[in-house]
Amino acid sequence: MENSKFINDNFINYVSKVSPRTNEVRTLFRAFWVGGLICCLGQSFRMLFENVFSLSDDVLAAYVSMVMIFLGGLLTAFGVYDRIGKYAGAGSIVPITGFANSVVSPAIEFKTEGYIYGLASKMFVIAGPIIVFGISSSVLVGLIYYFIYNVL
Amino acid sequence: MQTVIFKNPPVITFSSSVAGPKESEGELSHFFDYKLKDDMYGEKTFEKAEAKIMYSAIDILLSKSKIKEDKIGLILAGDLLNQIISSTFAVRNFNCPYLGIYNACSTFTEALLVGSLFIDRRYKDNIICATSSHFSSAERQYRYPLELGSVRPPLSQWTVTGAGACMLNVKGEGPKITMSTVGKIVDFGVKDANNMGGAMAPACADTLLTFFKETKLEVDDFDLIITGDLGVFGTRVFKDLMWEKGYDVSGNHVDCGELVFNINEKEYQGGSGAGCSSLVFCSFFMELFKKKKLNRVILIATGALLSSLSALQGESIPSIAHLVCIENMEGKK
Repeated sequence: MENSKFINDNFINYVSKVSPRTNEVRTLFRAFWVGGLICCLGQSFRMLFENVFSLSDDVLAAYVSMVMIFLGGLLTAFGVYDRIGKYAGAGSIVPITGFANSVVSPAIEFKTEGYIYGLASKMFVIAGPIIVFGISSSVLVGLIYYFIYNVL
Repeated sequence: MQTVIFKNPPVITFSSSVAGPKESEGELSHFFDYKLKDDMYGEKTFEKAEAKIMYSAIDILLSKSKIKEDKIGLILAGDLLNQIISSTFAVRNFNCPYLGIYNACSTFTEALLVGSLFIDRRYKDNIICATSSHFSSAERQYRYPLELGSVRPPLSQWTVTGAGACMLNVKGEGPKITMSTVGKIVDFGVKDANNMGGAMAPACADTLLTFFKETKLEVDDFDLIITGDLGVFGTRVFKDLMWEKGYDVSGNHVDCGELVFNINEKEYQGGSGAGCSSLVFCSFFMELFKKKKLNRVILIATGALLSSLSALQGESIPSIAHLVCIENMEGKK
């Protein structure tokens, strides 16, 4: 099958020229202040755990992540997080709360197809690539680190 | 010839519409027969809700027309879900002959076209044409989970929740379907699955130009040219394409997708979905026909024939548009 027969480059150029664009100044500003706020929230939890509960340095990061993931999941379940995401874009996708949202939202959505074939198997449809590439790249970076410090 | 001119034009005697909550807040609110307060419609899943929406539309149509179930010659129905399950599960409850059809968002005009052929040749009477769509079930199939915090791109359209159904008869009161043009698949190579308006506009222009060429009619011969769900951007592209060929449709063109939602909600291009054209036509435009405010219109619904797989495999969006010409015949020679 030859597809170039019907493709109309003039039309594609015209469409891309007249298509409405994302207002980048506005979306960047929104992402900046909401993303920043989420990070400040995380940092304040860290300071709270450090100074009030006197937790040691190596468990602090894990505790903060746990609290933020819980909050992300909770807000998703209450139907609030998608509204934040609609407003803030990457500002609420990039922090760890966004990761929680990407796992919880398909879990809620696909529960209708049952707990095994629906909820459990569809839970990682969005977070799956993040996990795969996150783990692969951490292995790669680990190997580089090993060679630089132990072999050279 | 792509255009069929009916010798025995079928009459659209009755129509019914069921609209979702968001649609019911729009400008056309008081034209709908039944308005949902909740888009789950008392069901456990969105797919079941969509089937129930279509069931209700057909049910309301039957009670309006007072035609018994066993007198129905044929139900022609379609929707957007895989294996058109909404239509199938809705029509399962009626003891009637059924043809399930799919042409994405142009399914409604396809149904009218096929139904008209049956009536024209007197094979059947009392034919029901119905299509439905549901925002949440379509999102599930084509896009992301509802609760995922993602941004809708500026070109995206909002799938209409609702269904419209109408009854075609050999005789009766109402506007008639006099002509129909079967569309060709047109694909200019638009790959962005969010830009359905841009992808469908060339198909729409192609069918309409063919119709004008074959019938020797002009834009001014019609009160309105109603497109299905081109949206704001698709409408612009469509008008440009028609202008390029020497037709100025800007005076009497209207798009169902642009009408269906409240204009104040500026975040998207308008409505889309198989239910969009049927919901708007079976409520608002049928009412205008009944009040004799419209005399002759073109209804041309456009469909983007992509699937979630084809988009991921890098395919462009093949589009199609089917056209029906609807006229109030009274007062004519």
